[in-house]
Amino acid sequence: MHEGFRIRLFRFYIPLAFFLIFLLFPFYWMFITAFKSDAELYNLKLNPFIIHDFTIHNAIRLFKETLFVRWMYNTFFIAILSTVVSLTASLLAAYGIQRLRFKGSGPIGIGIFFSYLIPPTILFIPLAAIIFKLRLWDSLWSLVLVYPTFLIPFCTWLLMGYFKSIPKEMEECAMIDGASRIRVFWKIIIPLSLPGIFSCGIFAFTLSWNEYLYALAFISSTPSKTVPVGLVTELVRGDVYHWGPLMAGALLASVPVALVYSFFVEHYVAGLTGALKE
Amino acid sequence: MEKKETIRSAESKGNGQGRKWQISEFLENRTILGFIFVAPALAILLTFLLYPLILGIWLGFTDTLVGGTGEFVGFSNYSSLLTDRLFWLVTYNTFLYTVVAVFFKLVLGFLLAVILNREFRAKGFVRAIVLLPWIIPTVLSAIAFWWLYDSTFSAISWILIKSGLMHHRIDFLGDPNNARISLIVANIWRGIPFFTIGLLAGLQTINPTLYEAAEIDGAGPWKKFHRITLPLVVPLLAVITTFSTIWTFADFQLVWVVTKGGPANATHLFGTLSFQRAIPGGHFGEGAAISNFILPILFLCVLISYKYLRREE
Repeated sequence: MHEGFRIRLFRFYIPLAFFLIFLLFPFYWMFITAFKSDAELYNLKLNPFIIHDFTIHNAIRLFKETLFVRWMYNTFFIAILSTVVSLTASLLAAYGIQRLRFKGSGPIGIGIFFSYLIPPTILFIPLAAIIFKLRLWDSLWSLVLVYPTFLIPFCTWLLMGYFKSIPKEMEECAMIDGASRIRVFWKIIIPLSLPGIFSCGIFAFTLSWNEYLYALAFISSTPSKTVPVGLVTELVRGDVYHWGPLMAGALLASVPVALVYSFFVEHYVAGLTGALKE
Repeated sequence: MEKKETIRSAESKGNGQGRKWQISEFLENRTILGFIFVAPALAILLTFLLYPLILGIWLGFTDTLVGGTGEFVGFSNYSSLLTDRLFWLVTYNTFLYTVVAVFFKLVLGFLLAVILNREFRAKGFVRAIVLLPWIIPTVLSAIAFWWLYDSTFSAISWILIKSGLMHHRIDFLGDPNNARISLIVANIWRGIPFFTIGLLAGLQTINPTLYEAAEIDGAGPWKKFHRITLPLVVPLLAVITTFSTIWTFADFQLVWVVTKGGPANATHLFGTLSFQRAIPGGHFGEGAAISNFILPILFLCVLISYKYLRREE
């Protein structure tokens, strides 16, 4: 088991370094571009890998010339609302399927799981037709309605795994003492699964923050756009690319997700692997 | 699993014999209560997932335009697509994109998982970094790749020319094959973490004594990997691969942000073509027909992962 440093260098450190550079470089590139001036960006003589003349002009342009703040607000609004809706529905569904074990709970559970695999690419056209009929075209509410379609399957599956880890005996004891199912759910299951609910909420939040296709298809007016859509459609006009502000926007919009993620990374990894292992 | 459940519920029946009212009420309510609990989720999924899925199949047989109702036109959307050379190009693009990208994601993701599957300092930190490409919104990282692939100001071209490896700048997105490779690389970049973190979880469940026993028998690293690691992670690998396959096959974001299907439709996928026909173009019927070509692959992926998930249990 005790390998020499040379072997470790070639089998571990060098390959790992190669992977990390590959995986991190685009972020580094985003970061340095956001803080370069236009003059520097378009100067071929300068080394593009370092910042020669640090400026925050791009971020200022982003705030002054676009509705970036508004887009951030929209994205937050949709992400929080659709997360709350999905989390509530998933909590109930996961408990019903995992613990009540009623007739048909098995197929319903499998059905919900596989509905996560249905890509938005298949659904966006019929959904657009439905949104149109509901007169929600170009409204943020259309996204609040639609995002639970991919959040609920995911959250339900995650929470089902979590409920599995809570010993059945706790519920049974409470019920022998005369507590009703609903009371057990409310007083025992919910408090015990708070960490699971929390990590599930984080997942749902990042998933809706990242969504692009539905937001692009259903929203057309500039003040109603979400960050991913707003940046790409408003900062690229024809052949004119505003690379600096574009990168500043990409960087700033990644920050909330990265922050949430860095604080709860352990939950995140556990959730992802738990969901896969199921 | 199911057997255990019945034994357990039989036990709980035994425990509560003194309280017959409770058992009967509990058993009575279980189904009703179950449906009440599942109802909100089911209602949302039936209206906004199952109904659109069926509506999409129907729309593919109509000539619906945006905001209007269409007439049933039979297979005419499909027959006009199948005689359209652009559609065949898009089919080729989609399969090429999926096969190449999933293959490299699998190989590189597995490799990284094997590298990370040992104890070292800052393990948690490295694992957190590895997941970043998967977490950050695809559109935003796509913007970074877009600028990285700029025909004039690309940093890749700059470093290749400076180091004397090349004399001309690479036209990343202007040449059909370059554009395909560029997008596939970006897709691989984003997909590696999913494979790595998923497989790492599988690798950690392998009992180390298996490797020790193999070492005593004189097995080398390759043999250990081939005979122990691989067979044990195959079910998990199959599930991760089918997931990644359907997501890659139905990809939209990356391509739409970076090339919009160009140059000369060389990077158009089913997803981007159906979007172009349906949303800016307004032809819902034709767009739906295009995206319905994703359905068979979706069906196949569901079947395969279902099979392996059952085997896991």
